[in-house]
Amino acid sequence: MSHISPVLWQFLVKWLTNFAIFPPEASRIAAQSDALFFFMVLVSLIGLTTVVLLVVGFSILYRKERHPHAVQIEGSTLLESTWTIIPLGLFLIIFVWGALIYFRVYTPPANAMNIYVVGKQWMWKIEHPGGQHEINALHIPVNEPVQLTIISQDVFHSFSIPAFRIKREAIPGRYTTVGFEATQVGTYHLFCTQYCGTDHSHMTGEVVVMSRDDYKKWLASSTSGMSLAQDGERLFASLSCNACHNDTPNARGPNLVNVYDSRLTLSTGETVTADDAYLRQAILNPSEHVTQGYVPIMPTYQGQISEEGVIALVEYIKSLHSNYRVQQTLNTTALVPQNQEKATPAGQTPSGQKPQGVGR
Amino acid sequence: MSATILALPDQSTARIPKMNYLSKENGLLSWLLTGDHKRIAILYLISITFFFFIGGSLAGLIRLELLTPQSDLMAADTYNKVFSMHGLIMVFFFLVPSVPATIGNFFIPMMVGAKDLALPKINLLSWYLYILAGGLMLYTMCTGGVDTGWTFTTPLSTHYLNTNVAGAALAVFVAGFSSIFTGLNFVVTIHKMRCPGMTWFRLPLFVWSHYAASILMVLGTPVLAITLVLVILERIAHIGVFDPAYGGDPLLFQHLFWFYSHPAVYIMILPGFGVISEVVSTFSRKRVFGYTAVAFSSVAIAVFGFFVWAHHMFIMGISNYAALVFSLLTMLVAVPSAIKIFNWAFTLYKGSVTFETPMLYAIGFMGLFTIGGMTGVFLGSTGTDIHLTETYFVVAHFHFVMVGGMLMAFLSGIHFWWPKMTGRMYPEKISQFAAVVTYIGFNLTFFPQFILGMLGMPRRYASYPPEFQVLNVFSTAGATVLGVGYLLPVLYLTWSLKYGQIAGNNPWQATGLEWQVQSPPLSENFPEIPIMDHEAYDYEWLDRQQAKEVASV
Repeated sequence: MSHISPVLWQFLVKWLTNFAIFPPEASRIAAQSDALFFFMVLVSLIGLTTVVLLVVGFSILYRKERHPHAVQIEGSTLLESTWTIIPLGLFLIIFVWGALIYFRVYTPPANAMNIYVVGKQWMWKIEHPGGQHEINALHIPVNEPVQLTIISQDVFHSFSIPAFRIKREAIPGRYTTVGFEATQVGTYHLFCTQYCGTDHSHMTGEVVVMSRDDYKKWLASSTSGMSLAQDGERLFASLSCNACHNDTPNARGPNLVNVYDSRLTLSTGETVTADDAYLRQAILNPSEHVTQGYVPIMPTYQGQISEEGVIALVEYIKSLHSNYRVQQTLNTTALVPQNQEKATPAGQTPSGQKPQGVGR
Repeated sequence: MSATILALPDQSTARIPKMNYLSKENGLLSWLLTGDHKRIAILYLISITFFFFIGGSLAGLIRLELLTPQSDLMAADTYNKVFSMHGLIMVFFFLVPSVPATIGNFFIPMMVGAKDLALPKINLLSWYLYILAGGLMLYTMCTGGVDTGWTFTTPLSTHYLNTNVAGAALAVFVAGFSSIFTGLNFVVTIHKMRCPGMTWFRLPLFVWSHYAASILMVLGTPVLAITLVLVILERIAHIGVFDPAYGGDPLLFQHLFWFYSHPAVYIMILPGFGVISEVVSTFSRKRVFGYTAVAFSSVAIAVFGFFVWAHHMFIMGISNYAALVFSLLTMLVAVPSAIKIFNWAFTLYKGSVTFETPMLYAIGFMGLFTIGGMTGVFLGSTGTDIHLTETYFVVAHFHFVMVGGMLMAFLSGIHFWWPKMTGRMYPEKISQFAAVVTYIGFNLTFFPQFILGMLGMPRRYASYPPEFQVLNVFSTAGATVLGVGYLLPVLYLTWSLKYGQIAGNNPWQATGLEWQVQSPPLSENFPEIPIMDHEAYDYEWLDRQQAKEVASV
């Protein structure tokens, strides 16, 4: 085959051996999404064939040589209603079918394991609840519902796993969620699909789906020693959040025990659910999220805690089911001599101590 | 395919009429200060062709870069600039003005039986704004370029890029006013300048589709202008409208931008629909099947087109229920386009069909637009949009509609009206060849991109995983063929200006008012204001008219 040019030869080899035509179906939703996809391909083919048959057929039957004199026709209400109603019907079927999939993707089951994703130019930072940190890689167990809570710390990004048929925008300052359940062990592409600047095309990574046992091994081997909530607890103490949020009789801030997912009445009178997004806003922009009965004295932490820091704090607040440890840390900090100024001004930490989890 | 409706005058005696809009005055100034809609249309035609080839060269660079998986032809930054400039130039400096500012500008006054557009000076102003904007865009391109993508997504464009974002935004802002003025001019002309007897339902469908597109231009473009001003202010003065760090809403930009940019795709495609209606009717010798349905479907597209913008944001964390509503509305807006396709197909039924170049392009349009429209449904359906959006599937869909649809329609229209605009015919055989080359090149370029999108290849990637290479090689090979297909018309159309056959008044035996006068037309279009006494596309009227002429000779 030496007479074929090397470039052409290489091309032919690639054509035969390395030619992707359809992505792997590696999640529960993928098969459902593809079913609709192929239904639409079928509808398109029928539609296209109809149009081509009509155009080609009429072109042959009524070409000038065969049919020299046109017969003028106004139109036909019956025909026109037919090609209004049939496409409309098909489109409505596609609409309902699509909506069913959409709701499944974006409303993950309540028992799903939650993993945080922070996008930044140009990498994905993954925060596992057990405290494992990853960059441009996501390790997950097979056959386990997973929810991703995604945020960006700079520009819009988009977290896309084609093999799972899922994608979610990473928006600066706003949590978005997406759910999936991987069904096949393997390594798959992870892409940023929203144009985000110079190295957009390098903001890629891999998703590793592992069997339950392998996943357990991986968890154990890549832990940082502290869970995300423990990270948050440290941050909570070092930022002296516990100075006010401690449920003592004269506490200046509301009690945070079991606050997650509860209904709060704000000083403006509106009621909100204290979800991830609300807690994030309340930390970064507290003066607009004051619980009824409290004075707006909390300083803003905007620009002083990284997105991962906020995530750790939120995860800590989620895990708070009693104030025992809050008050414990309060007592401990009160006993430590250099930390005597309890109500340290916003974000400033006592000299020499770097807050854990900040600015990573 | 020997049969033709082409009826040229005897070439040995035929002459281009001495008095016409081209010969009336000479010299550069007579062009630059003209108020004649026909001359302004020619100015536009030259300028948009210029920008088309700049945008096209950039597209060529994109395809060359994507020949290999690594970003080896240019650095990632350069690639980002190249695709951004390609998008900006093609969308705002070619597609938006393409048919309306050239063919529309030239023929809407003639089709409604008027001497000129209602506001000739505004028309000239709109060309100057276009040139100003285009100059500014070229300046930003030569002094470092811009790499926001054509979508100016915040906060990337406002806080994270050091390129000429403000310059490019200003250029698009100015180009927007050019488009608003064109639209305004058409709306006023169609309302107020129709000749006696020209009722709304005697208007050619070309005019209806331009009317719908003009409404979109006038109502939609100001929103884009406001959005761009906010982007510039945010970038320069950090006013905090879009940036969450200053209390802004990151999604607000997306809403504002797509509120214009979705209707904008209808601004681009509706005039193309108009061309196809004229061409299909003329080359089938038959009234457009279901005139009213086609006319009202244009209006329906214009109305619904304003209420589907959030289908660009299904994955962006808008409420699930909002996504539901916008998906439903998107399905509704797909229906009028389907109606049009079937109406055109049935226009051929019992017609007397011939296949000159404009008709070949129109048939190409019907096939490609059907694919483009159907793949739009894939993206309008929320569930599959999650996987397909932001990938090459979107790129392919958009190019099927805009290049396969709009550009085919534009070329169809240019060939169709070329004899009227210049008085001379284009060479038929080579142009039929070019139409077929374009069709093949187009499919080879963009069809593989649907598969790439299904595989998940993200758009705007300078480098990509190696398993996507084969399809990208096909696409690049197709782009080469497509490039030839686009270069040919420029060459032979230029050639025909001097050597083309004399066309006579009505080479296509078409019914429109513009075909009943000399080619090229007089500056005032009609020797006397015509009186419309028949329906549009009344071929029997035309036959009687010709019989009368023969009798009187």
